[in-house]
Amino acid sequence: MEESPAILWGAPMNKGIPHAVTITKVVRETPKIRTFFLSESFGFTPGQFVMVWVPGVDEIPMALSGENSISVQEVGDATSAMFRLKTGDLLGIRGPFGVGFSVEGKALAIAGGIGAAPLFPLAMRGSTGVFLLGASTGRDLPFRKALAEKTALRIATDDGSSGHHGPVTDLLGDLDLRAFDHICVCGPEPMMRGVLKHLQEEGIAGRGLFSLHRYMKCGVGLCGSCAIDPDGIRVCREGPVLSGDTLLRSEFGHYTRDASGVRKRVW
Amino acid sequence: MIRSPAGPVRVGGVELRNHLILAAGILGTTGASLARILKSGAGGAVTKSIGPEPLDGHPGPCLAVLADGVLNAMGLPNPSREFVRELAPLAGEPVVVSIFGGDPEEFAMVASWFAGSAAGFELNLSCPHAEGFGSALGTDPALVEECTRAVKTLGRPTWVKLTPNVTEIAEIGAAAGRGGADAIVAINTVKAMRISVPMGRPVLGNRFGGLSGKAIFPIAVRCVYELYEACEVPIIGCGGISTAEDVVEMMMAGASAVEIGSAVLEDIGIFAKIARDLYTPDGREPGDLVGCAHE
Repeated sequence: MEESPAILWGAPMNKGIPHAVTITKVVRETPKIRTFFLSESFGFTPGQFVMVWVPGVDEIPMALSGENSISVQEVGDATSAMFRLKTGDLLGIRGPFGVGFSVEGKALAIAGGIGAAPLFPLAMRGSTGVFLLGASTGRDLPFRKALAEKTALRIATDDGSSGHHGPVTDLLGDLDLRAFDHICVCGPEPMMRGVLKHLQEEGIAGRGLFSLHRYMKCGVGLCGSCAIDPDGIRVCREGPVLSGDTLLRSEFGHYTRDASGVRKRVW
Repeated sequence: MIRSPAGPVRVGGVELRNHLILAAGILGTTGASLARILKSGAGGAVTKSIGPEPLDGHPGPCLAVLADGVLNAMGLPNPSREFVRELAPLAGEPVVVSIFGGDPEEFAMVASWFAGSAAGFELNLSCPHAEGFGSALGTDPALVEECTRAVKTLGRPTWVKLTPNVTEIAEIGAAAGRGGADAIVAINTVKAMRISVPMGRPVLGNRFGGLSGKAIFPIAVRCVYELYEACEVPIIGCGGISTAEDVVEMMMAGASAVEIGSAVLEDIGIFAKIARDLYTPDGREPGDLVGCAHE
């Protein structure tokens, strides 16, 4: 299994210890999602993440949505605190960490809501042939304009206010999945498990690349809080992007663990 | 280097597959993660510290990787009694359960949950960044003795992990010995702090944390050396070990086995890697090596 490069002793300080960056611009993508542009750029593979320190609140993992940006949905204490920040305020960044989307050839992207954040830079680099984007309602679809200019964008909403009326996985029926070398997925876990089921039925689970969300504390593969069953794969180090065949017999789509390590169902 | 063990290595009442043990707090939150480390060459594994109630731990940042060490303040996150279920598939494996509590009764209660499944217990009397736990108790010889005795009554092998953040570590080691410890583990992290200059505030969410990794290896060697002179109980060396030569040095100071933690950052296959270098057909007998620097 691929592992992200070791954070060796003597690594640059901005890799291991939070590096202070300034917020240069805040863009409202949807009523619930904002993109924070940072004073520094990071060399990264789409799908890699950074640990974002909101001073005085907490540190949370977030996918880079661009070389100098993170896109955030307000879900908890740390993200709510971020939404109160403005241009000129400081954030601490560790990373980028983990293994991203390793893509060659033709890729299909499937995103649910804020799950579009790690897939957006993949599309901007011209790596996605088709991009399926879903959300509960039309105004919750992020990056819509930029994506439409760069890739074949197809939309689905739960309330039918934009695009197909139904879950984004409905759009898979119109596509020849076997025509894609990679199927890159990020969104709510039940949706991702649904995609994996489709791929399994087509006999191409291994072409699926899924970006997992797990509770992370250290971000560098030491603490084990993000390890998944049954093989103890560290989502922060060997992931967060993991292949479908690795996930078939795993906890993925069934349960996760909270900050204390207690198991929780994923829906 | 040392000769390969012909059979299990017995240290502090626990049968290990080799002299290299996963240290507490590293990858020990789930049963699957512990199984992975054992499969990858560790001779034994110590779990994440388990306490009387589930804890989420401190707010982040919880960890920073420094030039030659790791600074952390996790805050003892643990699922408490639910961890019994995590360990069920590991029955019979060399898994030592690390436990903590606020007093001897809590230590004994937590240990009792695992009395049927653990190969042994390691008492966390040394975490430097959890109020009311760890080193809050572990700096008081009388409390160390009481906590050790309380767990030892369960009749399982009992190891006591010590903090280096005391004036005389040998006094604490002697107290663990009086309480009936089967082994002393030395050392836990060294209390430490970094401050972000641009932010003007401590880097860790908890402000204070513990330093591990290469930076503390000389402190660990000194502590093991002092404990070996003062105590009869076998010692397990811990703190900054990342090579086979470090293992040999720790043994010369007086350690019968070692625990490895932060070096997992470099390579999760570190146990097999060190074992390959450590065990040689023409190596010395471990028994001749342990404490030889004292002669």
